[in-house]
Amino acid sequence: MNDGIVYWLQQILNALQLGSIYALIALGYTMVYGILTMINFAHGDVFMIGAFFCFLAATALGLPFVPTLLLTMLGTALLGVVIERLAYKPLRQAPRVSAVITALGIGLFLENFTLALAPYPKHIPPLLESVTWNLGGVSVSSLQVIIIFLSLGLMLVLDYVVHRTPVGMAMRAISWDKTFVPLMGIPADLIISVTFAIGAGLAGAAGTMYGLAYPVIDPYMGIMVGWKAFISAVVGGIGNIRGAMIGAFILGGVEIMVTAFFPSTYRDFVAFSLLLVLIVIRPYGILGQPRTQKV
Amino acid sequence: MRKALSLLLFSVLLSLGVTASGAEKTIKLGVIAELTGDMPAVGASCRNAAELAVKEVNAAGGLKVGKQKMKVELVVEDNAGKADQSAAAAQKLITQDEVLAIVGPNASRYAIPASEIAESSETVLITPWSTNPKTTLDATTNEPKKYVFRACFIDPFQGGVLAKFAYENLKAKNAAVLYDVASDYNKGIAEVFKEKFEKLGGKVVAFETYTTNDKDFSAQLTKIKDAKPDVIFLPNYYNEVPLQVQQAKRLGITVPFIGSDSWGSPELLTLGGSDLNGYYFSTHYSADNAAPVAKKFIADYEKAYGAKPDDVAALTYDAFGLLFGAIQRSGKVDREEIRASLSTLPSYKGVTGDMKFQADSRDPIKSAVILQIKDGKFNYFTNANP
Repeated sequence: MNDGIVYWLQQILNALQLGSIYALIALGYTMVYGILTMINFAHGDVFMIGAFFCFLAATALGLPFVPTLLLTMLGTALLGVVIERLAYKPLRQAPRVSAVITALGIGLFLENFTLALAPYPKHIPPLLESVTWNLGGVSVSSLQVIIIFLSLGLMLVLDYVVHRTPVGMAMRAISWDKTFVPLMGIPADLIISVTFAIGAGLAGAAGTMYGLAYPVIDPYMGIMVGWKAFISAVVGGIGNIRGAMIGAFILGGVEIMVTAFFPSTYRDFVAFSLLLVLIVIRPYGILGQPRTQKV
Repeated sequence: MRKALSLLLFSVLLSLGVTASGAEKTIKLGVIAELTGDMPAVGASCRNAAELAVKEVNAAGGLKVGKQKMKVELVVEDNAGKADQSAAAAQKLITQDEVLAIVGPNASRYAIPASEIAESSETVLITPWSTNPKTTLDATTNEPKKYVFRACFIDPFQGGVLAKFAYENLKAKNAAVLYDVASDYNKGIAEVFKEKFEKLGGKVVAFETYTTNDKDFSAQLTKIKDAKPDVIFLPNYYNEVPLQVQQAKRLGITVPFIGSDSWGSPELLTLGGSDLNGYYFSTHYSADNAAPVAKKFIADYEKAYGAKPDDVAALTYDAFGLLFGAIQRSGKVDREEIRASLSTLPSYKGVTGDMKFQADSRDPIKSAVILQIKDGKFNYFTNANP
């Protein structure tokens, strides 16, 4: 194959890998916003905890890949529910800014709690045998394939749950109206917990895959990745699940392409400027709908 | 005004200390280390070696200052791996703890801000590990700072050593560089390497950058792969190098990597595993090939902390050796006297080799070694001069 084509195919593959991970985290932001209109700023740190759960499962318990992934998702899902019950539920009637500040506080707590226990960066052992295939000059690693397809799989499952099952219907109903939907016999607290569990579980999956792709983890890893995922969610239209996925792949693509064309110093600057322009053109994100204020 | 006041206060306290005979007298020395943040292994080595150096001196009854022996008291501050906290820690040690001199911080991006504080407060600061020339140079005049010294060689020297090693020993004609553009150390050494490598007749075919805390280097590495280099130079810290090498291998890059003294932490081996096997880096000393004076330090350190001292530990120990020498030679507990004594110290035989400060320079003259990573260990490969 032509060298130029090989080069671009390689960069597209890099972008897909990065975008998949952003997408899994962005889903957590968008789901919580959709149901509570609250931005859960602790979500990036839940992702970090996921990577540390993966580290513990892989080293202390010595588990292989699939049980590690499932255990990590279960662990972060529980963490998400606990955070919601202890920190956000008591504030549900409080001004929204209180909940956002609480979320920031939870994030700082998670970072510093992990820092106190694990000040050194940790190395996640390779759970999967890494094979690199050479397809006409393009290097495709088994890890890349697994990350991209596992993420797409999880997203399809989520999309199905939200749009085709009773639980998903209840979620969408609560996001529509929190006052009257519970009067129709829908257990709002339970559904909100389920939403947090799914969002945090996906962050756990993202933490595991991130830990495999970039195996040096530290307590501050969630901050920047969390911000990028949040921006993905906003670009896609926060509150919209398919939008979050599209936003994440756009951000991943822009980041990789900027680095490919310009000095990498410009990456965050150009990426965020482009997103700013996008927000100016479409203030509600790509798939977001303007919400009219009900009086 | 405030500085003058604190200096006045300090000298009053000092004179009180000297006149009140019979009371327990100590010399306070400060350490600023990266105990938390992104390079805690560096900070831990620095603190361990500092404590060992002070323990040895105190076990011998203290430092001989003039006619009396004085014990040494250590004040360790964490800079949390942040530039602003490094400056704040220097400020605290100088004004609040009133230390005689400071050792640390280690990484250039923390040592430079701390050195500005030390210079303006007229307190001696010796950085063990900061190799960026800017640490000991005044930013506006480009003249050497008066109060800031270092115990290691500088980047122009190290960059030259590595360029020559890549060109002559590895027979590389085309080199690629991937470095952290937001970090003084990485940027400085990358630029020197490029200049020297091209002067030797080689070509730098890719000169790629990233920003501190990045984890994904796939776009840059794809560009590097496309440029087909014979060798890739990674002048980056031990917590990032394993990620870069692993991602490069996943992209099908097979050429060798070389690195600088920031690779020298044993943590590199824990984080990188067998992926780093066979690669070379330049550093300050090798535990395998150390001078006789170093043997005792290595043995003591291993006994106390259960691990071989890395370059940060060895350089910190030497920084204290320089400081102790200067204090004993001046015979006074005075910041200005220490500075004068340190800058004219005759050749000092340290763990990391013989060193001496030239007139009008705060950077010691010494040589480098090249180590090779083999079977999960750092092995001595060769001595090197540019």
